[in-house]
Amino acid sequence: HYAAAQKQAEPAVLQPTPQPKDDFQEELVVRPLHSGDIYASFQFRTLWETDFMRGNKVSHYRLFPKSLGQVISKFSVRELHISFTQGYWRTMQWGQPYLPSPPGAELWVWFQDSVTDVDATWKELTNVLSGIFCASLNFIDSTNTVQPSASFKPLGIGNVTDHRFLRYATLPREIVCTENLTPWKKLLPCGSKAGLAVLLKSEKLFHSSFHSQAVHIRPVCQDWQCKTTSWELRQTLNVVFDLHNSGQGKREWSLFKMFSRTLTEACPLASSSKIYIDITDNPEQFELSPATSLLSQAMVLGDRRTFSVYDLTQQDTFGSVRSLNLLIRWKSTEGDMLRPLLHAERYVAGYGLQTGEIHTLMYNHHPYRSFPVLLLDSVPWYLRLYIHTLTVTSKGKDNKPSYIHYQPSKDRVRPHLLEMLVQLPPNSVTEVTVQFERALLKWTEYTPDPNHGFYVGSSVISSLVPSTVAMDTNSTRERPLFSSFFPCKEESSYFVRVYTEPLLVNLPTPDFSMPYNVICLTCTVVAVGYGSLYNLLTRSFQIEEPSPGLAKRIANVIRKMRGVPPL
Amino acid sequence: MKTHVLFNLFATFLLADGLNIEDSAGQFFSSGHTNNWAVLVCTSRFWFNYRHVANTLSVYRSVKRLGIPDSHIVLMLADDMACNHRNPKPATVFSHKNMELNVYGDDVEVDYRGYEVTVENFLRVLTGRLPPSTPRSKRLLSDDRSNILIYLTGHGGNGFLKFQDSEEISNVELADAFEQMWQKRRYNELLFIIDTCQGASMYERFYSPNLMALASSQVGEDSLSHQPDLAIGVHLMDRYTFYLLEFLEDIHPASKANMNDLFKVCPKSQCVSTPGHRTDLFLRDPGSVLITDFFGSVRKVEITTEAIDLTDPIKEVEERPANGDVHKEMHSYVDQLPVSEIIHQNGKLCATSTNKMSLCCFHGDVSECEMQLPRGLGVEGPP
Repeated sequence: HYAAAQKQAEPAVLQPTPQPKDDFQEELVVRPLHSGDIYASFQFRTLWETDFMRGNKVSHYRLFPKSLGQVISKFSVRELHISFTQGYWRTMQWGQPYLPSPPGAELWVWFQDSVTDVDATWKELTNVLSGIFCASLNFIDSTNTVQPSASFKPLGIGNVTDHRFLRYATLPREIVCTENLTPWKKLLPCGSKAGLAVLLKSEKLFHSSFHSQAVHIRPVCQDWQCKTTSWELRQTLNVVFDLHNSGQGKREWSLFKMFSRTLTEACPLASSSKIYIDITDNPEQFELSPATSLLSQAMVLGDRRTFSVYDLTQQDTFGSVRSLNLLIRWKSTEGDMLRPLLHAERYVAGYGLQTGEIHTLMYNHHPYRSFPVLLLDSVPWYLRLYIHTLTVTSKGKDNKPSYIHYQPSKDRVRPHLLEMLVQLPPNSVTEVTVQFERALLKWTEYTPDPNHGFYVGSSVISSLVPSTVAMDTNSTRERPLFSSFFPCKEESSYFVRVYTEPLLVNLPTPDFSMPYNVICLTCTVVAVGYGSLYNLLTRSFQIEEPSPGLAKRIANVIRKMRGVPPL
Repeated sequence: MKTHVLFNLFATFLLADGLNIEDSAGQFFSSGHTNNWAVLVCTSRFWFNYRHVANTLSVYRSVKRLGIPDSHIVLMLADDMACNHRNPKPATVFSHKNMELNVYGDDVEVDYRGYEVTVENFLRVLTGRLPPSTPRSKRLLSDDRSNILIYLTGHGGNGFLKFQDSEEISNVELADAFEQMWQKRRYNELLFIIDTCQGASMYERFYSPNLMALASSQVGEDSLSHQPDLAIGVHLMDRYTFYLLEFLEDIHPASKANMNDLFKVCPKSQCVSTPGHRTDLFLRDPGSVLITDFFGSVRKVEITTEAIDLTDPIKEVEERPANGDVHKEMHSYVDQLPVSEIIHQNGKLCATSTNKMSLCCFHGDVSECEMQLPRGLGVEGPP
């Protein structure tokens, strides 16, 4: 025992404790909207300088969640973006979101070059993620997966972009509820016990106009030279609280009113924990309490915004009551919202259950600049698109796309994929229309509630929109998380992704009780017809005396005894 | 002589003490199970079947409270009631009117939801014959020392249970699935509870050993719902599960209540239907079976006096950068919308002149699928 104790003492003396190479930051941005609603965006970022792709497996996890680390190393993932959204983002009323996401579930993954069978790896990855996030991601298969050829370039660092390693899928029908939030919260280093995550209570978060939670994993630059890379895990949660539903009609918001909790401390494992309140729009029109002297400016979404900052790592932020409950009270409701420059809508036109037409409208609200947009449309195979009817018009005239990539669908194997690079003229509406025909599915392919309809996933419009201020291209300067999500390569424009509404179409639905009806009817006809024929052929008639009543029978017995013929 | 007597006394004392330990050890291991699993299934879709989801969630809540962790619970909900657009209080499912008890809670993990709850998936979970890529949380990883609780609720009839309004599972299929589980040694003891109309018909056909079954109504009877809530607009719970939940709320992990108490839950006066049970296939006497044997997860601990040698502590290998830091490559972010690159993609010009354009296709060989765009986009092509 003494020898063993000696052995155990040695390593502690020899090796010094290594510097931790991981870092955790948390942030909350609150933006009051012109309609009286309020937009809150949480971002939790873990940076870790490690190499998942090396031979010896990573085994010591500190801040980075082990389940995601194992997913990255097992499936050779280069980038992973998954989002769960409930509700639709109303761009015209709320402006642009910091992190866009389509309704339902969306998953897109870039695999490493070393993967030999991308489709098989994709299938296994979706199954594993469905277990981690308690979602039905296992419904992602070849019928709703596409391989975009120009959209969805990697958001992390990388030199080669061979689109063979990219897969994109959406499940517009996917429901988001507490069972998705629970495992998401468990991925955070502090869980939901300390820091900003204590505000994430499902009863308030799901009682909102828009709720979106996402996980983004990508490799990023560690320093300005970008010679070392580290893995970045961002967990984001965007929520828009409605003025009337959650706000009781009063233009007065506080952390307690939004989340039914107040903050008492920052996450002890976080190196930075801040709250930003956007006060650019009307600095005199609402009052903010408790007051703070920290101000910060950031270039985000093509605009210079001013924010009041609350630093939760400083004890005096919490004041004497040891709890922080921010209060934002409007004093007047004047002022116009800056119109977002890019906006899109989509709808189905037509009548009946045979044909229809998909219309996608893209609005460019810039007064004098035109810019290109990349439109990605993935339509399920049961809407058979007639690509010869595809028209793109702007201001009444034909607008030829400078790039089109179309992959036709294959029944029950592949969906349609249409990608177009369209130049939007200034101050105009561009309309893309295509006709389709609805297919009749096999009766086993219908969902248990087919009369609800079938969903078509959102169109994705990616674009470099001209910005009014010079954007910050220095990617490693200390910036708030919400402004550093999309990498910025040039100062005059910023990258934006807009999602349209998903479509709900009715397919010709059979009456599922018909097999039962047909069997009953056929059996009745056969029974009546065959039975009647059989009776006609084989029935013979015999005359039979009816049996006499009791009195008559007794009389007959007495008559027999007397020797007289019966009655 | 004296030492001999002393020695005898000492030996008898040790023996008596030994017997005492064996007795308590025997009592400790009386049930024969070492782990607990629960499979809770709600088979109904649509908003008016809110009560079935509330039933399942209330059993889930009790089972979690008594100690079974989420990793050992397979929860299958055929429809989403909590975040349904018709729910006036999102993210909540109530079991009692006036919204007293939110059985959904803040920490719930649903393993199979929506369209995934099918007869095939249910039978695959029970028998363990799942595709290899199924994650752990969706599997029933029980062994021959597991006690499993299976709870089914929904709409049923004489001999069948309806799944999602489109398919049924029959009592014969269920009995065969349990027999498969027995043959594969996937359970030690199994408690089957069903809350549907004519529920007793579902356990009539069981023939595997160590099965105990409870149902909310006999053949020919309907199970009734408990009470509606006017704010939510639907019936909140079924009667049998409501009284079952009330009974289970009094159980704590150290409780000594046994199965006979469970059989008495919801008599005809409260339930209107007659709950039934079946214990002939069960080897132990129901009076000796604790409720926590199935609803709780009481871990048995085996104390050992063996010494185990630990390996030498692993020394951390310091990473030495190879060849120094000089020749590291510069990384950079990718251009998100490289317009010129996209237009000239794959080495082929996609827009040659103002009149002609070609459709770029992405199969292995580009030349085989090059075609002219038709007239709609201003192209003069062959008719």
